[in-house]
Amino acid sequence: MSGPIQIQPDETFILNIGPQHPATHGVLRIKMEMDGEYIVKAETVLGYIHRMHELMGENRTYPQVLPNLSRLDYLGAMGYTHCHVLAIERAAGIEVPERAEYIRVITVELNRIASHLFWFGAFVMDLGGFTPLMYAIQDREYILDALEGITGSRLTYCYHSFGGVANDIDDDFIKATRAIIPMMRKSLKKYEALVTGNIIFRKRLEGIGPISAEMCRKYGATGAVARGSGIDFDVRKNEPYSVYSDFDFDVPVYHECDSLARYMVRMDEMEQSLRIIEQGLDKLPDGPIMPAKKPKLIKPPVGDYYQAVETARGSFGIRLVSDGTKNAYRFKLRSPTYSNMSLFDEACEGMLLMDALAMLGSLDLVIPEIDR
Amino acid sequence: MTMIKETVKLALQDLFPDPPPVVEEPVAEAAAEGDEEKKKPAKKKEEPRVNGVIERNHAEHGYDVDVQLEPGQLLAAVMILDRAGFFLESITGVDWIKEDQLESVYDFSRYDFDICRVVIRTRTSRSEPKIPTISKIYAGASWHERETHDFFGIKFDGHPHLIPLLLPEDADFHPLLKDFKP
Repeated sequence: MSGPIQIQPDETFILNIGPQHPATHGVLRIKMEMDGEYIVKAETVLGYIHRMHELMGENRTYPQVLPNLSRLDYLGAMGYTHCHVLAIERAAGIEVPERAEYIRVITVELNRIASHLFWFGAFVMDLGGFTPLMYAIQDREYILDALEGITGSRLTYCYHSFGGVANDIDDDFIKATRAIIPMMRKSLKKYEALVTGNIIFRKRLEGIGPISAEMCRKYGATGAVARGSGIDFDVRKNEPYSVYSDFDFDVPVYHECDSLARYMVRMDEMEQSLRIIEQGLDKLPDGPIMPAKKPKLIKPPVGDYYQAVETARGSFGIRLVSDGTKNAYRFKLRSPTYSNMSLFDEACEGMLLMDALAMLGSLDLVIPEIDR
Repeated sequence: MTMIKETVKLALQDLFPDPPPVVEEPVAEAAAEGDEEKKKPAKKKEEPRVNGVIERNHAEHGYDVDVQLEPGQLLAAVMILDRAGFFLESITGVDWIKEDQLESVYDFSRYDFDICRVVIRTRTSRSEPKIPTISKIYAGASWHERETHDFFGIKFDGHPHLIPLLLPEDADFHPLLKDFKP
């Protein structure tokens, strides 16, 4: 009371997070108006890694733009190329052999696990625990090795192609994948014992970072963010595409709406992906991986098409407006993290800075995918 | 499965009272069966689509209900979808330079197992593109509208913060316009 400095109770200051900050996992900037440790208002600034993929989609032919799709989300690239080939196949009416679809599903699910593993490690690192990242990266390495054998790349795959897949899978891949399943199940138990039950971890997440189901709807949030808020929505189940309707798997839903719920959804999803891979390998039909008749030049008929898939981060969609030529007239990419991130400004108001960063981690952001 | 689709279709159809829908609908549907506008073989060339509701084949197009309306009817249509529990998937634009028009496309979808994707499109002139904002109904539209403004220069009337989102903050170009020269 008698100190020389009078602190005004309503005095706020601006805190700039990013664009180069480890907690944002990329070049994302958030301007925050702070009242002490509490956030009064936040504004996200995007565009630091914007590359205009949509214009490239108009300037290049459909096969030429395929590699661009895996540059959106480098952690779960397989799902994005899957969406692109499905969209073009729907528009151009290309039939896909069943074996190719099974291989696509197996690779997409393997990639989903790899993506979740990396998120898991990075998320726990955000909260101050470094060791789980090392375990997660080690497990992820086996998956990347297996995928590298058939696709030739470790991160930015260009494996799915129009009508099927580029290479058939070999015995090495099947053997490696069969070995990954029990190994991952053991690892998931290990993570549960090491991280999920940890008291410090739970105190940082339980009841923190609430995102209501209504907020999800207004912002169009999908993926684990929506499923952590009690919304039973997974494109693989709600709007089945590819051969997902042949598989028996569950969609984990948690109703707590907090950061822990989003964490739990992703941890449970890895087990479900393992189930899909297991069934896929058991049921894998014989046959060709490319249709016998495929147009040399892909020219979808005039029209407007939409294709949605469930990637590791949520519902990804492509809106394709074709004018009948070999280039798209309009090539819109609906990215899931863009919508998931857009609710952060409203959701973090009134939160402690530390808690907001924990919530930011639980959204599972990949910035190149937001900025496109 | 068809329940919500029928309800929404009927509710949206109420927005178009003047054209006789019984006569107009089959014609529009026939033109839209395979393709939308200007089919390439000289069948029905350059016939602009009339405003109204069209039902689409989901397997073929990836969505179910396709609505084209005037910018003035947009808020009423979006409110119908909001009340019916739809979520906003995305907003984007299309530059129809030959017709000297800019189109704004709104994608809506549902969280439940009642698959129903609704597309709302509205057109505005290229020289003075103005469309009312829906960010007061769907808060998430704010970012999508800013992005569409970046790429196409469509002005969303009443948007609280229409500054560049993905482009640099001083950007005065719109890269997805067909006459854009880098």
